Amino acid sequence: MVGVEAVGPYRLLRTDRGELEPGVPGQFFMLRTAGLLLPRPMSLCLAPPGELAFLIDPVGPGTRALASAEVGDAIDVLGPLGNGFRLDVACPLLVGGGVGVAPFPHLAEHLRGAPVVLGFRTAWHAEAAALLPGAEVVLGPRLVTEAIPAGHDVLGCGPEPMLRAVAALEPSAQLAWEAPMACGFGACFGCVVEIDGRLRRLCVDGPVLPGRVVGATSEAPRERTAV
Amino acid sequence: MILNASGCLDALAAPDVARGLDAYVTKTVTPLPREGNAPARIAETEGAMLNSIGLANPGIDVFAGETLSRLLELGVPLWVSVGGFRASDYAEVCGRLEAAPVDVLELNVSCPNVTAPDAVVAEIVAAARAATTKPLYAKLSPHLPDLPSAAAAAAEAGADGLTLVNTLRGLALDERTLHPVLSTAAGGLSGPALRPVALAAVHACYRATALPIVGVGGVSSGRHALELVAAGAAAVAVGTALFADPAAAARIRAELAAELAAHGFADLDAARGIAHAGPGRSLSELTKTAANQQVY
Repeated sequence: MVGVEAVGPYRLLRTDRGELEPGVPGQFFMLRTAGLLLPRPMSLCLAPPGELAFLIDPVGPGTRALASAEVGDAIDVLGPLGNGFRLDVACPLLVGGGVGVAPFPHLAEHLRGAPVVLGFRTAWHAEAAALLPGAEVVLGPRLVTEAIPAGHDVLGCGPEPMLRAVAALEPSAQLAWEAPMACGFGACFGCVVEIDGRLRRLCVDGPVLPGRVVGATSEAPRERTAV
Repeated sequence: MILNASGCLDALAAPDVARGLDAYVTKTVTPLPREGNAPARIAETEGAMLNSIGLANPGIDVFAGETLSRLLELGVPLWVSVGGFRASDYAEVCGRLEAAPVDVLELNVSCPNVTAPDAVVAEIVAAARAATTKPLYAKLSPHLPDLPSAAAAAAEAGADGLTLVNTLRGLALDERTLHPVLSTAAGGLSGPALRPVALAAVHACYRATALPIVGVGGVSSGRHALELVAAGAAAVAVGTALFADPAAAARIRAELAAELAAHGFADLDAARGIAHAGPGRSLSELTKTAANQQVY
């Protein structure tokens, strides 16, 4: 770890890049710090020279452990993994929600000048919009989908309800999904989501997929066995 | 000898990881394709992970017709994990692989909830034995009430080796909702917390049969591998540790060599079973006994 910055409620972890390549925007890395048995998947946020930086939302035990890492701490970084965004789009529009802003700074370096619309719950969360100067910011309860102009090639990342709403508006949108993963390289079969009607590994087939193909995920409501 | 634990590596997705092993053990293959359980399938808990993958696999037709040839191209000795829900399922999969250049068939026998577990283990092993001439390893559940007795039943029914142990059943609740994290509620517990369980199982079964044992459960260092060998294992499999460290096999192999040297053992055979040394037994005597163990 070579740097840590608070960005609203999030933490931007700057790691020494070592021999690792930043990969294609939307690809992810597995991060593990002391106290974690399993690494956690995080999309690359920034790739300044010599560094790989990741935006962490400390919402559970794993992300809290990562977010509490300090400069000088050892951190395992494996990647880049999975399939990123296709960059050959005519009229890109980046649509993000909450910590879903994470892959966009790196993506915006490849799609210079692309407009960005970001939705956040609160002004505090919206401090992360500073990572993308010029982005239009939508604050709750207004929805980011209300601010999507027609006629764009949407590249999206955010919470699952937002991704589903974007997919309904723009079925061909490229959306970055997430799922719990133990390995990130196809070994554990833990990260399956329903893709084109079949359970498939998000780490191998995704995480960026056309909005229309994704069905059930671990976040989707499902029937629970009565107890 | 370092293997992967079944279900902890897709050799086609990570061929370099598989090539670092002395043998690659496939995910469990069943007669019919299985999509597996709904997400969420994994959770981390203190010192362990839980999984409920649900034996997702393409079924024996696709495995034998498509997957197998691609796995053989890796050039790594191949163990196929065989699963099912009745003895005839195991026999069917084993029979279909009889002519294939597969080194070992590992029977994923996990039947903690039956009234006569030894008889069920024996029935499955015997059915597989009748269907194949290949070496058969029985992978047993640590839930079995009397593991040495089940191991002896497996040996009597024709098993050539044991894999000890499979996962333990565990449950994780969501931090906020207090609902089970996994879609199936409970799942299989693996990782560091399973290691003493595996060690006890290997230790208990070492004298119960003359079969070679693959020790598996929570191994992430050479020291862990050495301890399983000392308890009686002839080989060691790495599972959960591979998720965080794909290069774990090579590292563990190097650490194990250093551990053996540090303890003055000439090789693995010299260390095998050393944990069973009583105060009255000399090291050379034990080493002799260990060397006489049948080793695959």
